Order: sequence, then structure tokens, then C-alpha cells
Amino acid sequence: MTSLRPSALWLALLCIASLLVLLANLALGSNDWVWPLFATDDAAWLMQKTIIMELRLPRVLAAFAAGGLLALAGTLIQVLTRNPLADPYILGISGGAAVGALLAILLGLPLLMQHLGAASGAFAALLLVIALARGEGAWTRQRLLLTGVVLASALGAVITLLLALAPETSLRGMLFWLMGDLSGAPAPWLALIGLGVLTLLTLPWARDLNILTRGEASAASLGVAVRELRWGAYVLAAMATALAVITAGSIGFVGLLAPHLARLLVGADHRFALPSAILLGGSLVMLADLLARTLIAPQQLPAGALIALIGAPLFLALLYREGKA
Amino acid sequence: MSAPLLQVEDLTLKQGGQSLIDKLSFNINVGECWALLGRNGAGKTTLLHTLAGVRSAPRDEHQGQIELLGQPLTHWPPRQRARRVGLLTQDPSEGFEASVFEAAQSGRHPYIEPWSDGTADDEEIVQHALATCGLNGFATRRINSLSGGERRRLGIATLLAQNPPLMLLDEPLNHLDLPWQWCILRQLRALAEQSHGLFISLHDPNMARQGCTHALLILNHGTWLAGRVEDILTRTHLEALYGLKLRQLEDDRGAWFVPDIRADMQSPHAPL
Repeated sequence: MTSLRPSALWLALLCIASLLVLLANLALGSNDWVWPLFATDDAAWLMQKTIIMELRLPRVLAAFAAGGLLALAGTLIQVLTRNPLADPYILGISGGAAVGALLAILLGLPLLMQHLGAASGAFAALLLVIALARGEGAWTRQRLLLTGVVLASALGAVITLLLALAPETSLRGMLFWLMGDLSGAPAPWLALIGLGVLTLLTLPWARDLNILTRGEASAASLGVAVRELRWGAYVLAAMATALAVITAGSIGFVGLLAPHLARLLVGADHRFALPSAILLGGSLVMLADLLARTLIAPQQLPAGALIALIGAPLFLALLYREGKA
Repeated sequence: MSAPLLQVEDLTLKQGGQSLIDKLSFNINVGECWALLGRNGAGKTTLLHTLAGVRSAPRDEHQGQIELLGQPLTHWPPRQRARRVGLLTQDPSEGFEASVFEAAQSGRHPYIEPWSDGTADDEEIVQHALATCGLNGFATRRINSLSGGERRRLGIATLLAQNPPLMLLDEPLNHLDLPWQWCILRQLRALAEQSHGLFISLHDPNMARQGCTHALLILNHGTWLAGRVEDILTRTHLEALYGLKLRQLEDDRGAWFVPDIRADMQSPHAPL
């Protein structure tokens, strides 16, 4: 019982922090400070309401959903591979999505087709990795990781070729997509609902995930249905990654960083680490997107690039504190 | 008499087409403490994982019946099975950072609902298991600060916290110093005498002979011997098992075996 309270407190604090970042995203932008409550007349109120409801709210929700989904996927993949360096992209999912999306951009297809291209690329890559890594008999973690890494490099080469072949006009869009960018984010509802559903599906298994980190034989002997859990978690992680990539392009680093940050803050119990990671991931992407929109407004930066700039120092500071303790 | 804890009939295990154990039949009853002996790679771990129900083998590498408390092992739902048979693996992974108490608490997993942290009873069982393994006072230590022997005892404590009637232990005495080897083995034996059945793989025939009631030897080419320690752990059998000349010493506790290093030692690689 004693270990629960600080974890629960951290979780509550993270909820508040996420809410604050969300509000900041609504209030701040290239259009200076806006907040309908302080509007002086009806016309200003209406315009500010439109900006918030139609531009900023969908975008900030998309940012939160993408970050949360990547954090969820990252947490699952790190447990499944028992490898702290693993992230959602290690299975080649982002590479597949990127190839799909860039092909669509290169062919000048409309936005919807770009999203569809990203989605089908993501799932094709995932199926390929699982089929190749499965082979005969039981698929080992190492084989899965290696297959994912090799496939990711191959897809990286394809991406480079696509960029080299691309005309100047589509290059900028393609680069922004690759770095992760929310300016073209589709309606956030799909990702947001996806995040909610996937979180609800994962949380009941949080304790089984704790046990799974102790090895598959040990977990099985403690009553964890290892095979089902492993398959379920891979599929959920893949769906989360694909949804995130469709929403915000291939935002890197969140999926690796958020689970570690969460564990450093609340400990390794996934009943708390998992929701914490989701809140942290969501907040990080929201914060990065806020900076991306405002730092050199009206010009926009790719949010993906800013995440590492915010996340890396934060992570190093926490790691340093942990090392001293 | 009630059904045996574990009933094994005509169990044949193969690995990569090679036969490890051929038509093994034996029972483990409450009160029995079995030693499992065999050369490196003989299939001890494979057998333990199979009996724990955690080995997923292709159909042709696993034949025969295993019954846990009168029901086929595979018919038990995982959580129900975990309340009746537990396994100490040879190298349990530490998982992510945790305290000694949290690690041992995972033994209560089959009994605790996902959102509960267990009752006061669960906590007491865990504390008692830690104390049995000499880890009282370690509860708040991080696992990665433990020594190899302390980690081994933590693994055993986790199994004691799980407290299934049938306990399978894969080389529990690894990394333990001599006093702890005897202490742990004695505690396990006492547990068997209370209400459990134990099956322990180890490498020291004297530990097995002094600490256990029964022994299963896995010889080469899938042959095996099972029975009471005084019938199974004899000089003839052990010399056949290890391909090594042994000297037999006798005292009031029975026979003790030491390698006869004066005799020409065969290479361990030599065919038996």
C-alpha cells in the first residue's frame, strides 16, 4: 500500500500538467494571446472562439493523441522485447508508414490518400516483420528486433530514394512529414478515440505486464497467459503506432522517452507507469507543437524536431537525479 | 489415498529431433522431496518447464500424459494452475527496477486481482517467505543492489510466496554459499514434510542424498532411473551417470560420494 500513494500523486500531478499544457496551447499562438473570456466585444469573441474551436483545439487534441499513442506503444514494446532501447518504430512501422505517405505525396494525391498510404504502409511493415521473424517455431525477441531493425534500414533507404526523386515542390511537405508535423493533422477524433480504446484495453493487463518483464517462463508459471498477452500487446502497439503516425507523421523519440520518464517518476508498476507515460507523451508533443507554432511565428517548425530538444535534457536530468539517489 | 500431486506417464521429450527423456513415468506425492540429477544438457530444465506447463513444444517433441492433482496439466486455466504448481527458473530476469519486496510480491500474482495490492495476509506471506530465505531487512533494497546469492534466495522467496503445493526448482542452490545451500535445502525438505511436493534439480549427489527423499536420474539417450534416494543414488548409478570414478564414504548418515581424483579421470567429453 505504501508504494501506491506517491505513484498516485504523480499521476494526479501529470493530469494537471497535461491540462495546463492543453490550455496553453489553446491560448497561445501566432495570433497573440487569445482567450474568449477576456474579449472586449462580440466580434472579437466570435473570431477568437473560431480560432480556438476550429484551429487550435483539433490540433492540440491531435498532438496529445499522437504523443499518448506513441508512449503507449513504446511502453508495450519495451516490455515485450525487455529492451529499454526499443521504441514503437523498431518494428519498422514508421518506415512503412513513411514510404506509404511519401509515395502518396510524390504522386500528388490528396491528403486523405496520404493518410491511407501511411496506414497501409504501417500495417504492411508490421505484417512483414512478424511473418519474417516468426519463421519456424517460436519467434524470439532478438529475431523480432533484428528483423525490425533491418527492415527499418531498408525502408530508410527507400525513403532516401523517394526524397532524391521528389520534385522541389513536394520536398518540404515530405521533410515535414518525416520529422513529424501537426499542421496537416486530420481531425483528431479517430486518434483520440483510438487512444481511449487502446488504453482501456491495455490497463487491465498492466499487472500481467509487470510480471512479463521477469521473463516468459517465470511469468507463465505465475499464471500469466503469456502467448495471448504477447500477441495482444504486439497488435495493440502496432495499432497505436499506426494511428499516431497517420495523425502526426513520424514523430520520433516520444515512444522511447515517455515510458522511461514515466518509470523514473512513478516506478516500474505499469498500472501507474502506463497512464503516466501516456500523459507524458501527450504533454511532450503538445508542448513541442506549441513551441513549433510560436517560436518563430508565423513560420512553423516541425514539432518532431523540438521533442528531442525538450525531452533529452529533461530525461538526462532525471537520470542524473536517479543516479545520485 | 488422494491423487498424487503430479502423475507422469510415458512422457517422451525431444529437442531438435534428439530424444532427451524416453517414456518417463513417475509420481510426486505430498511429503516427497525429489532430486533431479543429470549431466549438462541432459534435459533437466526442459523436463522442469514441461512439468510446470510453460514449455511450448512442437507436437512431435512432446508425448505422454502429465496430470496435476488428477487433471491433465493443460486443462488447468493459467491462474488456477499457478496456484497449484510453481517454477523457479534457472536465471529469472530481474525485470525493470523494483524493490526486493515488490519482486517477492509477484509470487502472489495468481491470487491477487489486477487492481488490488493484496490483503494483509498476502503481505504477511511475502514477509514470511523473505524471512525464510534470510532476506528480512532487505525489503526496501533495490534488486540490482543484491549479490548473486541474494538474488537466488529472492527467487526462492518468490516461489515460497506463491506457495503452490507442487514446487519445481531449477538449480535453486546455484550461487549459494555452503551454509545457505544446506539451509535452503533443509527448509525445502521441511516444506515437503508439511504439505508440499518438491522437485529440485541440482548437481551435488550428496546434497541430493542427504536432503531429498527421492531421486530421478536422467542418463544418456533418454534412459532414466527413479525411486528412493538410497536405491537410486548408489555408487554404481552415479559412476554411470557422471562417467567418473567415485569413492564412497560411510557414516551414520549413510553414504557420501567424492570424486576419486587419484584414478585416471576421464574427460567429461568422453562418451559414457
